[in-house]
This record gives sequence, structure tokens and C-alpha cells, in this order.
Amino acid sequence: MEYFYYPGCSLKGTGASYEKSLLEVFALLGIPMKELPDWNCCGATSYMSIDEEVALAMAARNLAIAEENGRDVIAPCSACYMVLRKTQKYMKEYAHIRQSILNALKKAGLTYHGDRVRIRHPLDVLVNDVGIAEIRKRVQRSLNGVRVFPYYGCLIVRPKNGFDHATYPTSMDRLLEALGCEVIDHPLKTKCCGGSLTGTLEEVGMRLVYILLKEAKKRGSHAIATVCPLCQFNLDAYQEKVEKIYSESLGIPVMYFTQLLGYALGAEDSHLGLEQHIVPVQEVFEMVR
Amino acid sequence: MAGRNGDLPRIGVYVCHCGTNIGGKVNVPEVVAFARTLPNVVVAREYKYMCSDPGQLLIKEDIQKLNINRVIVASCSPHLHEHTFRKATLEGGQNPYLFHMANIREHVSWVTDDPEKATEKAKAIIEAAVYRIQFHEPLESKQVPVNPDVLIVGGGIAGITAALTLANAGKKVYLVERESSIGGHMAKFDKTFPTLDCASCILTPKMTAVKDHPNIQLITYAEVLEVDGYVGNFTVKVKKKPRYVIEDRCIGCYVCVENCVYKTPKYPSEFDEGIGLRKPIYIPFPQAVPLVAVIDPETCIEFKSGRCPKKCQQACREVVGRDAIDFTQKEEILEIQVGAIVLATGFQTFDASRIPEYGYGRYPNVYTSLEIERLVNSSGPTGGEIVLRDGRKPRSVGIIHCVGSRDRNFNPWCSRVCCMYSLKLAHLVRERTGAEVYNFYIDMRTPGKGYEEFYEKLLHEGVHFIRGKVAEVTDWTINPEEAGRLVIRVEDSLIGVVRRIPVDMVILSVGLEPRADAEELRRLFNISCSAEGWFLERHPKLAPVSTYTDGVFIAGACQGPKDIPDTVAQAGAAAGEVLSLVDRGFIELEPNIAVIDARKCSGCHVCIALCPYSAISFNETENVAQINEALCKGCGVCVGACPSRAIHQQLFKDEQIMAEIEGLLMVE
Amino acid sequence: MIPIQRTIKYESDLDHAFREKIMSVQGCENIWSCIQCGQCSAACPLSIYMDYTPRKIIAMTREGFREEVLSSRTIWLCASCYACAAYCPQNVNITEIMYALKRYAIEEKKYPKNFPIPELAKAFFTYVKTHGRNAEFWVVFNVWRRVAVFKLLKMLPLGWKLLTRRRLPLRRDRIQNTRQLKTILSNLNGEA
Repeated sequence: MEYFYYPGCSLKGTGASYEKSLLEVFALLGIPMKELPDWNCCGATSYMSIDEEVALAMAARNLAIAEENGRDVIAPCSACYMVLRKTQKYMKEYAHIRQSILNALKKAGLTYHGDRVRIRHPLDVLVNDVGIAEIRKRVQRSLNGVRVFPYYGCLIVRPKNGFDHATYPTSMDRLLEALGCEVIDHPLKTKCCGGSLTGTLEEVGMRLVYILLKEAKKRGSHAIATVCPLCQFNLDAYQEKVEKIYSESLGIPVMYFTQLLGYALGAEDSHLGLEQHIVPVQEVFEMVR
Repeated sequence: MAGRNGDLPRIGVYVCHCGTNIGGKVNVPEVVAFARTLPNVVVAREYKYMCSDPGQLLIKEDIQKLNINRVIVASCSPHLHEHTFRKATLEGGQNPYLFHMANIREHVSWVTDDPEKATEKAKAIIEAAVYRIQFHEPLESKQVPVNPDVLIVGGGIAGITAALTLANAGKKVYLVERESSIGGHMAKFDKTFPTLDCASCILTPKMTAVKDHPNIQLITYAEVLEVDGYVGNFTVKVKKKPRYVIEDRCIGCYVCVENCVYKTPKYPSEFDEGIGLRKPIYIPFPQAVPLVAVIDPETCIEFKSGRCPKKCQQACREVVGRDAIDFTQKEEILEIQVGAIVLATGFQTFDASRIPEYGYGRYPNVYTSLEIERLVNSSGPTGGEIVLRDGRKPRSVGIIHCVGSRDRNFNPWCSRVCCMYSLKLAHLVRERTGAEVYNFYIDMRTPGKGYEEFYEKLLHEGVHFIRGKVAEVTDWTINPEEAGRLVIRVEDSLIGVVRRIPVDMVILSVGLEPRADAEELRRLFNISCSAEGWFLERHPKLAPVSTYTDGVFIAGACQGPKDIPDTVAQAGAAAGEVLSLVDRGFIELEPNIAVIDARKCSGCHVCIALCPYSAISFNETENVAQINEALCKGCGVCVGACPSRAIHQQLFKDEQIMAEIEGLLMVE
Repeated sequence: MIPIQRTIKYESDLDHAFREKIMSVQGCENIWSCIQCGQCSAACPLSIYMDYTPRKIIAMTREGFREEVLSSRTIWLCASCYACAAYCPQNVNITEIMYALKRYAIEEKKYPKNFPIPELAKAFFTYVKTHGRNAEFWVVFNVWRRVAVFKLLKMLPLGWKLLTRRRLPLRRDRIQNTRQLKTILSNLNGEA
């Protein structure tokens, strides 16, 4: 199976190390993947608040381009993943939306048929297609003894009926266990990271970030593993600020699950973007080196 | 148009208003006027309620005075009143099968919005009936004797009640129970709401009565394998699982259990919901009926390795002198002949681990309500002391209602008993521990005799009632008051504020759902299930314990969530239905059965393989198929399948159906 | 003196067509099924900051409290995490209802003024519509320049850290085929 990779805006900016590590992991596992040609922004959650039809149409352009080339789309950003799936669902279930958008696409020289293209999250592909057993076999450097706090954020499992449980997912737990990590069970797996509120309503956003960091620390985590660029950004970039507000030292590295996986598969540090994090992450690997 | 049997049809058409049910939508006078114009219709009348005595009298009088020989009633579904009008036709002096019912209520007035269209549709349906009835012939129903013995499946309070009622009436009853003891869920409870009388005090005498009753043959640790036959004459195969203890010899003295090589109990006790432990040889609870030990081959060393010193067997032989333990016991198949069957297979509770947010299975101090029933029970693993897993007494307890119920992600229905049993547990916990008790409910539902008073009592006892469905039970704590405890997060929806309430113990009031194998059982007994999976009654109000299969009755929670009073009432009702069936001594078979024309049958066997009731056999000497009239249900499968068109079904002959279609298409 | 307010609601104060309007929006159909259990509010990570809990918003929408709902802070605090919808026992998609309410609030200019959340949404919308891609730096810059300039100064240290870690590109990225995107958006039924 060859995939299209849909970076979305974040993986080209604040989530640059997610892109690096994801591409590296897929290359190491021999899964062919290339960037979706001339993709546009998915519209994220903000777009739906202004004009839903425009939001869906923007997302549909990406689906149409992918379909033209007949490849499934890997959407690593949880917001992109959710929006693209929602667009597919709405185009299938609501005739007035389907007709309007198909007509507009047609005028722009594009077609879209529906279920030919599947939207996948890389975690889904790795756990359910590649498989935990296969990944365990490929591990070259075990992360034995690294206590990881798996944090899924919200949209990767929303709306419900996705590839994992909507409030208590376990896919990443199983993946990290296969890498040798000691995975911490906790009830905040899908608790909101604050999303865009960290930039708009600081007091609220910081509190949500603090809750997660504090709980990770309390449970003795060496690192937080994330699947979403916004979660990673909030927990990493605002950590210093949260430490100041709550007068508490936290110092918890916040990593993409693909970085931990990449390391275990034997990738070079420079291919994982480890140096791009604000809270230093190298110390996590020093433990097992 | 002459009828098949020579006489000229003289048809009477009777259109029912059914109050406003039909009359409010269909223009009945117009329909009646139309009916008068149809071929061979001698009289057409309307009446407010045709099923009433004066309504039926119209039919009888017309038969006698106007020589009516075909009767059509246009009213409700034949399901409801076909029998009524056939009887009226008979009483008028005509063969009851020269009657036909046209359904203009369920098929017309209830489902059509436009009165004009409804009126036209009613006309078409009546015209179809008029065309069809020309081809009706007099038919005779047959009688077959009924075996008065009864099978009851399930030995909970429903099965026990039905068994005792029938046995006391002198009927021979076979009571089949899957577990090693009867008693069901009720045997696990400590107290019962709203009167708080002790469950075992009221149940145990009944269990003993079952064992001692000369008319009851109790078959425990057994399951029904096969059901053959029909109402009045069922043949049932029952598999009796080996318990490795000979029932007749065991006296329930516990010596084997005491002498088991396991010095202390090691395996979760099923009866104690895993809260207590048992040994591989055990008696599920002290009041078990029959009071006979059972060996679990999954955990017994002898079965696992074959190298156990078998001290239990030795003790039974040498100390008690009974030699009741038999490691070579095999399963046994019994064949039972009965005339009626009562299914009382009960329910299962919702698996709370399906809601991970409530932490069941992850946090040790989150319990299901059934586990708490064992915990508060004086014969339970803690002797009735309410303690946490580490032995501490809880200072505060949260009881979460509607777990798995009223939730479209799981079971959409209200389980009916949870509000009341939650109140009961709240009372017991408060009484015995003095803990703060919080009830989290969506709506309080206490609609039983004395139930509202019980709710009132709990309000006075100082129990907290917080209206809101709990989102999560979490060990994520944020202040010293919460540290080391479980936190319940809920919106107090009466106040409109989100609250975090720290507790030491959480009780999940799990809902009731159909047993996992309800679908299998349904097939076995050839009955129906509702969409939710409960056994379907024949009519929700008027035939609540009958099923669509004659002779098979249902009682208790297998039909839907029910508390003990309702279950017992239903079990009594089912026993009454059984008595009215078997005491009549015979049943009348509907004549709408398939008939094989032996001259046309080519002996191809196609029908034999297809018949779902095994009603067709092959006559080797004549080289033709033949139908057992008692077994045929008139489903019509063989009629459609016969390549030689040698089979027809009475009341559904080709000419009758073709005429009906023709009539239907006559109205524009 | 304690100010006293009269809070009685007359039927004439309410807009009973409002619920039909919301219910006709795709995704909002199940609003009828709500049994007011409050699980959405308890699951919501932000309900504790809202003026009305999500459960109340549903009740108020159904009963036609249009003014209160559209001018509430609640709908803008919704982070669209879909926790409410994931938990809801009646499959009410509360998040989609929040989206629909936000759109009506913008349409009718009812949203709270100088509140950065709708401003960010609008800035993001405008930028992406023309460029096809987001430029995190410029969108944020434009919002705070309008809402509160001093905030930009406070953001400088973090901006610098991101810049030096190659996580904040300053170029204004855009797709190649902007004409195609424009054609699509100008041919939608709902577009003027």
C-alpha cells in the first residue's frame, strides 16, 4: 500500500519534528509515502465556526486530489485527521452538501466519489496494519525503563467509532510497550490540552496544560508521548510559562510517538528532530544509551 | 360468480368504526355504500365496535335471516379478533372458515395520513376480500391431546414460582437449571426493596419446597439441547453436565471441601461475584438446592494433571462413608415429554468494564452493585461487613445509577430496578458504615407499591441525591482532600455546576440485559426476541406471558427488566396459562395447513428438506411425501418450493390469492 | 443595596422557531433526544469556565432562549474536543450544535466583543481562504495586533525560541493552484 502524506500546516511549522520523525519511521519500515500534491489547509476547528460548507469544501479538495491518484491519506495532525474524516462522512450522509461540493469541485476540474480514499492516522496504520508484533521484531534499541505518559489528546479518537476507544484509547500504549517503555496508565489520555485556547484565553489554556504536566510528573513520567502537533506544542512550548504561573518545576520532555518509535527502530538522532524541542528530550535517551 | 363448492355465495360485509380508530380517518358510510355494489354482496353494514356483543349479533342474525354464507369483517388485525368473528360465524350456523377479515386499521387508518386515500385503500382491501371469499370452502379443525407435564427452564424466582404453582395443582414439572443450584440472582441478594426483608428468608423455603415436592423433578447443572414437536406434545432433550459428585449420595456435609488439597480457597467464587474465593470442589452457598458439592474441572488438580492425591474422594469414602465423588462421571442426555414449556431464563447484568471511564477493573474500589450485594450479605465473603479491598471501612460512597442503561452507546432502555436497588444499597451502606452516601441519578424512578415511601425514607436518612450522569471516576486528584481517593466528576444538573466528589468506594448500578445466549435459546424454542434481545410476548398488554409459539410461555426478566414482585406475578400468570392449556386436555389445530396431492407428487424430496418444522416425511411404499397435520404450521414454504405444484395450503390456495389480488387492483 | 433582578420569562420573549433552525443544521438533528443528564457538562474540560454549561445550552436552545444562547461565552469557550459527543448517552452531537450556534452568533453579530476566540477564527478563515494554507505566525500576529497589541510583546520570547528551533517559518506559504481553490469556493450553493 502506498500512501499520501497530508502534512497540514502544523507539520510544516511548529510540528516540524513530527514530520521528520514520521517520514523517518515510515522509511525505516519500508512503507512508501509521498506528500499530497498541492494540498491545502484542512480548515481545522476554527473554520467550522465561520462557514461549514466552505470548511468542508476546502477539505474536499484534498480528498479529490488524493482520489485522483488513488491513494489512502495519512493525516498525522489530529485536527486534519478529524476534519477530513468528518468531510467524508458529511459528503456521504448529506445530499445537499454532497451536491453543492461536487458541483463546485467539478467546476474546478476535480471529481470525488466517496469511499475510494481512506483517511488514516499514522498510529492506526502502525498498530493495525504493520502490527505490534512486527514492530516488536524490528526494535533495535529497546527503551527499557523509560516511563512514558501516553497522551492522545482529543481529536484522534473523535467523533467516536474510530480506530480506538473515544475516551480511553490503548493503541499507543501497546505500541510503546512493544518498544520496551514502561507505559503509565492514567485517566487523562484524552483530556483536552487547551487547543487554541492557549493563545486566546491564556489563563484557561495554561490551566489545562498544567493539569496534564502535573499529572505526568506526579506519576513519575520520564516523558509524555503525543500524537498531535498542537498537543505537543502546548505541552512543550508553554511548559516554562506554566512553571512560572504555578511556581512549580516540571521539566517533562514532550515527544511525538514517532520519535520514540524512530529511536527504537535505530534512526539517527538528527533524523528525528530531537533538537527542535524546547524542553530538552535528549536526556530520555541518555537513560537507555 | 359461483363459489367453488357449488352454492351461490351470499356475502355479508361488516365495516367497523373501532371508535375513532378507523372511523376518524376512513369514511365508513362511503365504504359501506361501495361494498354494497360488489358482486354477491347481499348486505353491508357499519357498526361502532364490531367485536362487541351487539356487533357479533349482527353477523349471527344476518346468517339466519338473510341466508348469508360468507362473512367479511373489515376492522383490525386478524391477530386480535379473527377468532371472535369465526366464532360468531359458527354460532350463526355457518362454517367458521367461510369468514375472512379485512384489516383496515393497522393497514389503513393508522398508517395513512390523507382521509381520502385511506377511504380508497379501505375500499380496495374490502374488494379484495370479497373476491377472495368466493373461493372459501368449509374446513374442519382437528383436535390433538395435550400432555399435561410441563417443562420449566430456569430456576430463579420466576421458575421456582411457576414450578410450585403447577406442581401444587397436581402437574408433573421438570425444572431445568443451568447452575449447580437453583435460586438465581435473588439468592445472591441480602435484602429486598422496599420492605427490606431478607432475600434468603423468603427464598430459601421456596427452594426447599421445590426439592421436596413429589411432582417436581429438579434437573440442575443442565441445559436444554433440543426441542421437537408442538404445543401439547413437545419432546425435549436435556444435557446434564457432570458435576463429578453423585447427587443421590452427597449429603452436603462439606467434608470433601474441607479435605481438598487446597488448604484455603483460591479461585474466584462465581456465586460471590468474584469478591469471595472457593476451592476446586465447592458448594456454591450454604442454602444451595440441591445441597450437593460440585467439582470445577478447570481448576481441579486431578483434571489438570491427573496426579492429585484425591483427598476429597478419600474423605467422602472413609469419613462420611458415602463414596459420592466420581471423577469419571460423564455428561448425560435426558429426554423429556411435555405439553407446555415455561421459559424463565432471567437476565444478565451489564459488564461495567465496557465503560472504561468508570474505572471498573482498573480501580480496585470500584464495584458493581451485584458485588456489593455479596459484600453486604451476611453469608457473603465478609460476613456482611462493608469494607474496601484493603479492609478499611469507607468514609464516603458514591452510587452511580444507570450504568449501561438509558445509554444508546450500550443499552437504551431503563432497567427499572436500579433506582430502587441503589436506594436499598444506599440505606444498607449508610446503616452499617455511617458513611456519606451520594446517589448520582438521571431521573429517580420509583413507581411501585411502597417505593416512593422508600425514597422518602432515604431522603430523611441524609443520603445525598445529585441529579447528573457521572462522566468519570478518576484517580486524578487535585487537592489534599482528594488525595488517595477516587473522584467522581459530575454536573449537579439541578444547580448547574460541575462538582468533583471524592469517595472511597464507588458502586456501579449496572443495568439488566438479555442473557448472552438469549438468541440461541430463542431459536431453540422457536420464539421471537424484541429488537433489544428480550423474549417477545404475544401481546404487550393482553398476552404478556404467551409467545407466538403455542405452548411456550415466558416469565420474569427474560421478557424484560423486572423486579421481584413483577417477576413473581408473571410466573404465576404463566403457570395459569399453562394450566388453562393442559387442563383442557386437547388443542385444536388451525386447518390452514399444507395438503399434498399424492397423484401429482413426484417424490423429489425438495419439500422434506425445506420444512422448518420437520412436518413432512416420505412414504416409501407410496413413493410420495406426506404431511403430519399436527406438526404443520402452515408457513407455505413447501407450497412455493414444490416443482410439481402438488402442494396447496388451505386458506391460501392459488385461486384464493389470485382473486384477492384481482380484487385489490379493481379500485382505481 | 442589593440589586434585585426580575428573571421571569414570558413566552413572547422566546423564539420557538430557533430550535427548528438549529435542528435543521447537519449534525444537530439529535437535539430532541437530550434527556438533560449533564454528562456533557461533566465531561467538558471547559464547562467550569462557561456562563451556561453545555447541558443548559441544549435546554435553552430547545426552549428558544435565542438571545442568551447566541451571546453566551459558552459557545466560544468550546474547544471542539468532542468529549461531550463521545460521552453523550443519547448521541446528541453537542459539538456540532456549538458550531452551528457560533455561526449564527457571527452571522447576527451577537458574539462578545474584543473576545479573541472568534477573532482568531475569523482571521484564520480569511487568511486560509486566499492562501490555501495557514501561516501560524501571521494569523496570530494579525489577531493580537487588532485585539491587544501589548500581548505581542509578551509573546516575543517564545517566538524567538521557536524561530531558532526552526518551528516558526516567517514565509507566507500558499498553494500553487489558488485559482482552483477560488473556483471551488465561489461555486458553492451557500456562497453569495
